[in-house]
Amino acid sequence: MTAGTAQLSLRSSLHTIAAMVRRASNELLRVPGAAIPGILAPTIFFLGLTAVFGNLTNLPGFDADSYESFLIPVTLMQGAGFTGAATGVNLARDIEQGLFDRFLASPTPRWVLLTGLVLSASMRALIPGTVLFMVALATGVEFPGALGLLIAIAAVMGMAMVASCWAIAIALRFKTQSAAPLMQSVMLALILTTTAYAPQELLTGWLYDAALINPATHIVEAARQGFIGDVSWAETWPGIVALLGLVALLAALALRGMRRTAY
Amino acid sequence: MSPATTLRVIGSLGARAVKQTFRRPQLMAPLLIFPTLLLAIQTGGAGRAIDLPGFPVVNGFFDFMLAGAMIQSTLLAGNTGGIALAVDIETGFTDRLLAAPIPRFTIVAGRLVGTAVLGALTAVWFVVIGLLFGAEINEGPLGVLAMIGLVTLSATAFGSIGAAIALRSGSASVVQGMFPLVFVILFLSSAFFPQELLLEPARTIAELNPLSYIVEAVRDPVIGAFDATNLLEGLGGLAIVATFGVTLAALAMRRRLRIG
Repeated sequence: MTAGTAQLSLRSSLHTIAAMVRRASNELLRVPGAAIPGILAPTIFFLGLTAVFGNLTNLPGFDADSYESFLIPVTLMQGAGFTGAATGVNLARDIEQGLFDRFLASPTPRWVLLTGLVLSASMRALIPGTVLFMVALATGVEFPGALGLLIAIAAVMGMAMVASCWAIAIALRFKTQSAAPLMQSVMLALILTTTAYAPQELLTGWLYDAALINPATHIVEAARQGFIGDVSWAETWPGIVALLGLVALLAALALRGMRRTAY
Repeated sequence: MSPATTLRVIGSLGARAVKQTFRRPQLMAPLLIFPTLLLAIQTGGAGRAIDLPGFPVVNGFFDFMLAGAMIQSTLLAGNTGGIALAVDIETGFTDRLLAAPIPRFTIVAGRLVGTAVLGALTAVWFVVIGLLFGAEINEGPLGVLAMIGLVTLSATAFGSIGAAIALRSGSASVVQGMFPLVFVILFLSSAFFPQELLLEPARTIAELNPLSYIVEAVRDPVIGAFDATNLLEGLGGLAIVATFGVTLAALAMRRRLRIG
């Protein structure tokens, strides 16, 4: 392949990715209700859990004064997880209706299709992220500072990429929207088996060990730092590594599923 | 139609409802997997809560949470039963039942029998999970029986609300959309934490929420002892929910028959 052909191919791939992101945005504009699941469930969990477990901050060793501030990063991750999972549900619908077959029959490389889907998920995740952040500020969560907010946004977009890669892999494996609970519940388990409810030292039993080995713990901690204290590189880099690792692993799984699909 | 035949119709529709749930994993999974997952995570995540001043004396947070998980499961069973009934309406099965020479109430009663059976099965599931993972049921086998009975009644009561929504809307996605409300009702009760330790306004709402009294009645045999007052309050809570659900279901059925 000559340099000119490669450049043309790359430009064409970028055009396709942009078209897929645009398609996802159009979908959201035409069916605004599609954004509700990513907002409603995390909001209910946020308000409900702070009302129920708010007194946990009185435990010795709890490193936050406000449970709302402690919980909001988890809520943001939940919103991103649900939005990413919705990408898989939409893909399953496209597979059921035969639309995805047409994408596969086109000369577009598989990685381009995957990138388009994953990028659209990461951008869509900003909608529930923004709403949830507003709800949090309204309930007294302190502004995390510019850097803290930037890290939280990156974590939201990254978690949506993780969730969408997982959901796409499942959609390609089962080819039905009925697999939606599997897409959502695994993401929920990944996010909640971290330091979601309490700091690591206050977790008990199996969850203490699970949170220690769960890479999502580092993502939650990175997103949380600005909300409960100062931002530091030491708290940030493990989150970046965990995000990159999860995206690479699950993207490989999704790509494998895409390559195994007919055509 | 003789009472025996009516009972046979209800039994057949109930058996169909149970089989339907077992044949569709997407209906069964939320009843067991979600509450079990939350039970495990909340027990590990908030387990140190028992050290808070004012927390009742318990063997462990897991023991305290067991009743909440059971009742959560019954709320989801009610929602699942509603979804299944709505699917029957969408696919025309209910129309065929309405055209059949059977009393109309058997359509809902059959569905509720199915939901009750599922409620009993989830109660057994959580008792087994509880015993396997070290819960101590203070009232022993009698306490277990009381818990299963109350959870079964709870599933039936919440099933009537699910049936009412299904009959009113005739849409599975509308009933499915009620799913988040299950958690609103749960969080605003003493299902997951002692009422005295909830933050306001949740504490005041929990005091008025019949679900709190149902949960406390199920929880008593695990963490304490049978208490006649709590048991009566729990049964009262169940009666309120059931009356509300059955009335709404009857009105929704009447409306459905009127508009055809």
